[in-house]
Amino acid sequence: MHGLVAVDWHVIWQQVFHPTNVFFRTLWATVYISVVSQVAGVLLGLLAALARMSRFAPVRWISGVYVWIFRGTPLLVQIFYVYFAFSWPTLNFGFWVVPDAAIAGIVALSINEGAYMREIIRAGIDSVDRGQMEAARSVGMTYGKAMRRIILPQAARVIVPPLGNEFNNMMKNTSLVYTIGVFEMFAYAEQNYSQFFIADYFLAIAIWYLVLTTVWTFIQAYIERRLSVSDRGDELSFRERLELAWNPMAAWARGTPHR
Amino acid sequence: MEPDGGLGPRDPAPMTEVVMHAEDVHKRFGRLEVLKGVSLEVTKGETVCIIGPSGSGKTTFIRCINHLEKMDSGRIEVNGHLIGYRQRGDKLVEDSERNIARQRTEIGMVFQRFNLFPHKTALENVIEAPVHVLGTPKEQAVGLGKALLGRVGLADKVDVYPGKLSGGQQQRVAIARALAMGPALMLFDEPTSALDPEVIGEVLSVMEELATAGTTMIVVTHEMGFARKAANRVVMMDDGQIIEEGTPEHFFEEPEHERTKQFLSKIL
Repeated sequence: MHGLVAVDWHVIWQQVFHPTNVFFRTLWATVYISVVSQVAGVLLGLLAALARMSRFAPVRWISGVYVWIFRGTPLLVQIFYVYFAFSWPTLNFGFWVVPDAAIAGIVALSINEGAYMREIIRAGIDSVDRGQMEAARSVGMTYGKAMRRIILPQAARVIVPPLGNEFNNMMKNTSLVYTIGVFEMFAYAEQNYSQFFIADYFLAIAIWYLVLTTVWTFIQAYIERRLSVSDRGDELSFRERLELAWNPMAAWARGTPHR
Repeated sequence: MEPDGGLGPRDPAPMTEVVMHAEDVHKRFGRLEVLKGVSLEVTKGETVCIIGPSGSGKTTFIRCINHLEKMDSGRIEVNGHLIGYRQRGDKLVEDSERNIARQRTEIGMVFQRFNLFPHKTALENVIEAPVHVLGTPKEQAVGLGKALLGRVGLADKVDVYPGKLSGGQQQRVAIARALAMGPALMLFDEPTSALDPEVIGEVLSVMEELATAGTTMIVVTHEMGFARKAANRVVMMDDGQIIEEGTPEHFFEEPEHERTKQFLSKIL
């Protein structure tokens, strides 16, 4: 339909620099679906990681089966099943309406994400020296308190970098909920495309996705820097962390200390 | 010792106050029997050093005293409280997590590898448990923490993270952390074994000061100099049993047991 280099710069300029209110609504949908799903996914992952270390074998099995199923089947299939197999309410906050499809999408994305987060959180907890739990308990902490105050804060350093990748994926994966009728960013582009047959709408939202993931890179670098405050003496600066996030090889080649 | 010793109500005011009472403690790891019936009593203000070759069960025994290791049979009391277990009829059942945690607040533990919390400063390490376990008000805990760090000679390291401290300094922070709970009993599990030789002295002198000040301590150690100088009693363990105990004078000058003589001749 278009020639090889038929980029319609006008459409892109318009979508990137003069977005409509309708577009902003879809951008907001993408953002809130990713954030809520990621937060819920982390909580589910934490729960599953703790369940995996339970003294009771059936609890460990449930955790294992959960990961087995949700990592082993397509996210798209999960989204469809969750949406069509159950009936979901529409939440109306007055100024903000969350349609049933969005709820179903958030539920499916969260459960899927929890399965991946379990492994990440488990690895983080495993990375903390066993002596830490013993020391915490020797001063009278219960298991839960020791986890909260001693183990998890240390595990966070190991958890946050891969968690950042997960959230990056999450923002892009939200485009899948378009298929159950959630009006988010991808749906916006698709709708405009079917109306005007201009593929550049896709290019425009690609730029918007890039903006989201880039902003997140900055936020992640900031969080990692905050977490690294302490002992090791090889703290990375904010700039070094950004370099690492964008181009690990280059940072490494320049001799940036990294773990 | 009669079989039901300690099962009845305890004498509220014994002549010498028993802080730790262990009776016939058994422990096995799989098929390996590590403790074959260890009994020991420690009275208030006493410093008891446990010595013996590696694998004799010393460390396992003191880890049983605060229930970091679960014994298989026997009974251990600290300050009159049964540790890790509850009496049900004539049987012992494992106590609830909350109760075990509470019992541990009476027992300070210093580990071979310090196990300081690396994400907290020296002071934060010391006040963590007083504030978040005992509920001591923060300002009060900070005062106590600074005083304790001063006592172990680290008044100038209050805001330093463990990673920036030497091994000897870390171990002294760990001692302050254990003392902060005001424990009735301090356990030391080879506190100098992971240290460079030149910093062992600073840790031992802190421990000597504690012993002199009347802290009740059980110390698993290979430092015979410390045992000779600071201990009221030395206990020799071998192959999961206590084979000899006595005053340091007795121990280092005229040990009775053949195994003790052998061990001492190798180590001294």
